[in-house]
Amino acid sequence: MALPPVEQIKAQIEAGVPGASVTVILNGSPSAQHSLLLDPAHARAVAELLRDHSEWRLDYCTLVTGVDWPDTETSEKVKVRKFVKAADGTESEQEVDEVRKTKVPGYLEAVYHLFSMEKKHGQVVLRLRTGNRTDDTHVPSLTPVWRGAEFQEREAFDLYGIVFDGHPDLRRILMWDGFKDYPMRKDYVPPADEIPVIEVHS
Amino acid sequence: MADELKELKIELSKNGIFTTTLEELYNWGRKNSVWPLTFGLACCAIEMIATTMARYDLARFGAEVFRPSPRQADLIIVSGTVTKKMAPQVVRLYNQMPEPKYVIAMGACAISGGPFRDGYNVLKGIDRYIPVDVHIPGCPPRPEALIHAFMTLQKKIDEQALAGSARPRHLNKDLPSEFPVPAFGEHGLEPPQNNEVFHEAAGNPLKVIQ
Repeated sequence: MALPPVEQIKAQIEAGVPGASVTVILNGSPSAQHSLLLDPAHARAVAELLRDHSEWRLDYCTLVTGVDWPDTETSEKVKVRKFVKAADGTESEQEVDEVRKTKVPGYLEAVYHLFSMEKKHGQVVLRLRTGNRTDDTHVPSLTPVWRGAEFQEREAFDLYGIVFDGHPDLRRILMWDGFKDYPMRKDYVPPADEIPVIEVHS
Repeated sequence: MADELKELKIELSKNGIFTTTLEELYNWGRKNSVWPLTFGLACCAIEMIATTMARYDLARFGAEVFRPSPRQADLIIVSGTVTKKMAPQVVRLYNQMPEPKYVIAMGACAISGGPFRDGYNVLKGIDRYIPVDVHIPGCPPRPEALIHAFMTLQKKIDEQALAGSARPRHLNKDLPSEFPVPAFGEHGLEPPQNNEVFHEAAGNPLKVIQ
């Protein structure tokens, strides 16, 4: 039996887990890999529901990965009335175009791909988002639900700095313990003395 | 050896008289029994293994005995990508080898980081920490290229003078035989290179001065 559409899964999750809010993130590309954004407070309960639901039985987590969404800046043109000084020194009120920039704070995202070995169907994509990229980088760990997520959550912690609350053994897995950076983040800069010198023919 | 002596030697050998020097004999013995370390890092190691097997047969050059301990080896073939996490171990293995010892940097990664040069985890060339005798480009180099590197090394050993100011490192006790092992720092390896060994402007083919 194939899985129902994501909207139905969302509705059933919200009915099954009281208080949970699930957002469907649609993927417009031909692959149509839609995903479900979970709220951190209920993520663990939702994950258990997905795993234990008699029709879904999503018992196999194939992939955990991180995504870095950096801070972005949007600019819009706004018309503002202002006093403008002309060349001859007289001031007059005019309508002027002004560019207003607003900063949209970024966040880190943990992505889980789920399949069912028992029902031979899949996949369901879950997303968990952190509050921001600096001090609130916590999401609940889903390792207690899918044991196979352990090393992959450690990898996301190592390379993106996502802290998985409830993970049994959250240490760096690829880089050494004293390493301070998160090399897969978009704003990572390697040490200056290592940057290759690019050959320029003039 | 002076040119006249060489000519005399050739002339004598034409008449059935064989002459040699201690230096020649010593280097002839050394170059034909190089014992490499059993040490592979990445896909280049597969080519290195192929080189030792029957088809390419590195044994023809007296180097079939790959030793499992650095204490018994005198050649380390750095065959593949050296990650920053592996670099201290490579330097430590090199330090544990007795003199005289030689290094072949096999493939683009061992030379400069190769296709992974921009990666956060890759050392940009093993020559940052240990002195490399022969570099072989290629990704990976074919067994013939490794054999060529090996023959180049043999030539290099053959030309080493046993006395005088140009004598090799193992006969000059003022020169070091061990090199500092890099440490894991907060942002990368510390130090990023050993300046005693790594001559960026002269030795690094990727550094271009306009």
